[in-house]
Amino acid sequence: MRILRAIFAHTSGRIGGAIVALYLLLAILGMLGLTPHNPLMQYRVDRLHAPDSAYWMGTDLFGRDVASRLMTGIGQSFTVAFFSVAFATLAGTVLGLAAAWFGRRWDGLLMRVMDVLLAFPAILLALLIVTVAGPGTWTSIVAIAIVYTPIFTRVVRGPALSLKAREFVDAARTFGSSSSYILTRHLLLNLVAPLTVQVTLALAWALLTEAGLSFLGLGTQPPAASLGLMLSDSRNLMETAPWLMIFPGLAIMVSILGFNLLGDALRDILDPKMRRSIA
Amino acid sequence: MNYLMRRLATFPLVLIGVSVLVFVAIRMVPGDSITAMLGTEAGLLTPAQRDALAAYFGIDQPWFIQYWRWVLGLLHGNLGISVTYGKPVLDVILERFPLTLELALLAMIIALAVGMPAGVFAATHNEKLSDLGVRVVAMIGQSTPNFVLALLIIYTLSAGFGVLPTMGAFSPLWQDPLRNLSQLLLPAVTLGFAFAASVTRISRSAMLDVLSDDYVRTARSKGASNRTVIWRHALPNALIPVVTLSGIEFGYLLGGAVIVEQIYALPGLGRMILDAILQRDYALVQGSVLFIAFNFMIVNLLVDLAYVALDPRIRLGER
Amino acid sequence: MMPLLSITDLRVGFGRNPEANEVVRGVGFDLAEGETLAIVGESGSGKSVTALSINRLVDYGGGRITGGSIKLRRADNSVFDLLTATEPQLTKIRGAEIGMIFQEPMTSLNPVLTIGTQIEESFRLHRGLTGRQATAAAKDALDRVRIPDAARRLEYTPNQLSGGMLQRVMIAMALACNPRLLIADEPTTALDVTVQAQIMALLAELKRETGMSMIFITHDIGLVAGIADKIMVMQGGEAVEQGELNQILDHPQHPYTQHLLHAVPHFASGRATRSDGRREQDKGTEPALKVDGLVVRFPVKSGFFGRASGAVHAVDGVDFDLMPGETLAIVGESGSGKSTTARAILGLVRSTRGTFSAGARKAAAEQSALPVQMVFQNPYASLNPRLSIASILAEPVIATGGRVNAQTRTKMAALLKRVGLPESSLERYPHEFSGGQRQRLCIARALMLNPSVVVLDEAVSALDVSVQARVLELLVELQREFGLAYLFISHDMAVVERIAHRIAVIYAGQIVEIGDATSVLSEPKHSYTKKLIAAVPTIDRRREHFELDTRQVPSLVRPLGFEPEPARWDEFGPDHRARVEA
Repeated sequence: MRILRAIFAHTSGRIGGAIVALYLLLAILGMLGLTPHNPLMQYRVDRLHAPDSAYWMGTDLFGRDVASRLMTGIGQSFTVAFFSVAFATLAGTVLGLAAAWFGRRWDGLLMRVMDVLLAFPAILLALLIVTVAGPGTWTSIVAIAIVYTPIFTRVVRGPALSLKAREFVDAARTFGSSSSYILTRHLLLNLVAPLTVQVTLALAWALLTEAGLSFLGLGTQPPAASLGLMLSDSRNLMETAPWLMIFPGLAIMVSILGFNLLGDALRDILDPKMRRSIA
Repeated sequence: MNYLMRRLATFPLVLIGVSVLVFVAIRMVPGDSITAMLGTEAGLLTPAQRDALAAYFGIDQPWFIQYWRWVLGLLHGNLGISVTYGKPVLDVILERFPLTLELALLAMIIALAVGMPAGVFAATHNEKLSDLGVRVVAMIGQSTPNFVLALLIIYTLSAGFGVLPTMGAFSPLWQDPLRNLSQLLLPAVTLGFAFAASVTRISRSAMLDVLSDDYVRTARSKGASNRTVIWRHALPNALIPVVTLSGIEFGYLLGGAVIVEQIYALPGLGRMILDAILQRDYALVQGSVLFIAFNFMIVNLLVDLAYVALDPRIRLGER
Repeated sequence: MMPLLSITDLRVGFGRNPEANEVVRGVGFDLAEGETLAIVGESGSGKSVTALSINRLVDYGGGRITGGSIKLRRADNSVFDLLTATEPQLTKIRGAEIGMIFQEPMTSLNPVLTIGTQIEESFRLHRGLTGRQATAAAKDALDRVRIPDAARRLEYTPNQLSGGMLQRVMIAMALACNPRLLIADEPTTALDVTVQAQIMALLAELKRETGMSMIFITHDIGLVAGIADKIMVMQGGEAVEQGELNQILDHPQHPYTQHLLHAVPHFASGRATRSDGRREQDKGTEPALKVDGLVVRFPVKSGFFGRASGAVHAVDGVDFDLMPGETLAIVGESGSGKSTTARAILGLVRSTRGTFSAGARKAAAEQSALPVQMVFQNPYASLNPRLSIASILAEPVIATGGRVNAQTRTKMAALLKRVGLPESSLERYPHEFSGGQRQRLCIARALMLNPSVVVLDEAVSALDVSVQARVLELLVELQREFGLAYLFISHDMAVVERIAHRIAVIYAGQIVEIGDATSVLSEPKHSYTKKLIAAVPTIDRRREHFELDTRQVPSLVRPLGFEPEPARWDEFGPDHRARVEA
């Protein structure tokens, strides 16, 4: 509750929060099928229909309603983003804590493995994984999760190392607290704030990567709608039907903007000291 | 130089890791490369012809033997033969690399030339309207995917001015510099935009941090003017995060801008890899991924050298 | 003629609404040429803000001068109004007429520039010197602050010099252009006591040489006796009392000045030691803690494969025992191994050799299996900010396999009450408490397991002087009540004098002198102990002259397999011995 109030008091938090809330609403409506039209229905007579009161964002080459497809596409993108970030957070937290806690050899080994993964551009790594496993929603999720796991590992490891050296952990050791107690109550509990910030920002990256994968035809498969795919399809019709490009393009941009703004606000609120490490 | 030696020591380890990872991953792909290469014509091959082809490309052996052969070849500068191009992998890569390198350099120049002054300006006008303006633009810049920006640029140009970006056959810089720049300018702006936004944001926050440091106060107490304080005392200390970010971004750009190259129809590394992955051109994928990882590490090394030049504490291995 | 500096009714505020948020409220003083004014106060008194207002650096720290006047008489006797001056005018005053040095020499110099470049900058800005001339001037400046081998040091970057050396560099830089006023903002607070004495001596000497005026800001009223002509005491943004040095020190009028002078420990060369609970010889009681031949070494790795090439001998053969109800103070400067000793006893660092036995009173039923507990230096870092006080106090109980039941809760409440905090604190979080209150919480937590020994590692060093006095009082009361033995690690002789029964002086990882507190403090035998005691500032040592000494602490890095020679001791009475010096 206190956090919500603080977000509301923060200008970019307010804007970012509103955008994210709006998208969540659209995503849920899209997933429940509560769209203006059936996103898969091809209104053959109304092909490439310009935006008007019947088709708010026009129709595509097959006469499908762009607004409805946008809504289901948002649902699709958000599903992929949420699951992939959830997996990456989980894996990154476990690995980062392990690296910080066991130190020495384990730390070295784990961080070298992460270096290997980080030596690839995100989209290329995702591409490789998708190619190996075949395109589809779940492979996108797994691919994006693998891409962002090293980043979460680093985000957890650094602060975990410094927390481990703090005096309250020393104090806990002097009265013999168990490792699990120190890990959960002294380390993890203090990592919630930086993780929340990172999760929000990672959602923005995940949306970006998902859109990129679908744009290349390796994410969500047609006829299902996804923002990247819609944008990719719009390329040849750009001059005759610019709405096919503009609405999905803006939709992707604004969704990323929303999470970036919210992440920035959360960083200011939760963790002012983090500003230097990630920008 | 302990610090650099330590960094160098991890090089081969990461390279081996990357190569094994890619090698194993590629071989988990369903389907075989001969079918992928010849398409439907592969059905016309007799089993004997097939085996001969497989033996020619060395893909009839178990994966660890293939890996071993590949590593042996690698040590002789031989990355294998690309099945799609019928040429040595290294030749194919080096044909594409100049464009990617030039594009990455141009994007980084744009990013630094715009981002650093903007970041410093915003930091020194903290909480004023101009700072807010820079921050809003940077935020939007960072949130714009490059493929959305590319399409917007192309659309604006064609719908608004009736011009199309220069496409068609790519001409290298040394053959036709003007045509080359006209081909690469828009892609470079596209890639440089979000990059510049990140540079702006990070240099702003780094400057803000540094400007509240004690030694900045000391410089002011000596009577240094605001300009001296900013450029001579604060900026060198704020550069480290900017260098880190630029290094990472540049390293990624050297891996090829897959989507932007697609949109602008540029024959760069990114598109080549995408094609190679889709064509199951094992040798090319392996070779180029290793090449990219190698480049990335070279860039990391350059970044480390920059750290060493910038900060005497790192030079002495204290950080 | 107008004095050098004249300040009247200065008001400084912070934040969006500086008028409503004033931290300096109507401060005024005059400073004559060649005179030194000491501004004394605790944190938050507004003393530093007052100083930063003089050269208007406060503008860059988010502050705004909301009222009053600051006037400086320049060399040509014209009067310069610092409040209405423009920024370009101010840059000509700063460094040229007003120099400044700060509290943290380590962070006050630019880490990426050589110290030569940084000193040359002053000459470049105000004298227009460049190139070789500037370098030569910088070398002279370093010579002036008695830095040996100045020409070579110009090439150093700040990380290559010790804190004391860096503060000398700061002084060289501030005095480069012979300003007529030097503002020194807590210039020795971050330094060891012997280094502090050196810096104070240097400042006094330079003041004599140049005839400059000085404003010396400090929280330690004992420190000003040697250097100030006048004192201004600040509290809560106001100057509560000001006057001549002797008048303030001998006849303080304001209750706060009296409090600063009397409630706060001042070093009295062993005359203020405790009279209760002294060790009685050979009564046959077993010690609460016995440390035998403690050695802690950290390997130094070098080369490509990180092979150990030597070791840091952090603690090199320390023995002592500690009786129930007794306080043993371990005194030393930074890097002496005093904290490592404490951490080794608690198992926070692995000891290379040596034995401990703690458990004289383990026979008692309520005694826990962990008879030694610890209170750390930094009250802000030693409590987990995300846990409530109840969880924090319960942790030792949970850790030792206990249950949090009604009995535990009664105990938590009782201990809180005992350390002077309300029972309602249980529901609150660490950030709601002040530094002193947090240290009380840490003490309560350490007592949850009924320890027989409490290790206090610089436990009052981070606290303001008056808070410090009250926490010390509490510690003494608790000691009497629970029969606790304290191992009191500290660098502060004045504090140690108040609480210790016995004192061990540690230098370069070894105890050089140990014994009865009165005896050690009044008749120090080892040369290092003497040096340490001579360096302690006190209000009795007015205008005392210190010898400049540029010796450095010996390196603790030794080659592999190095063993120190066995210690030989000289006995000086029943409980006082010192290591024989080579």
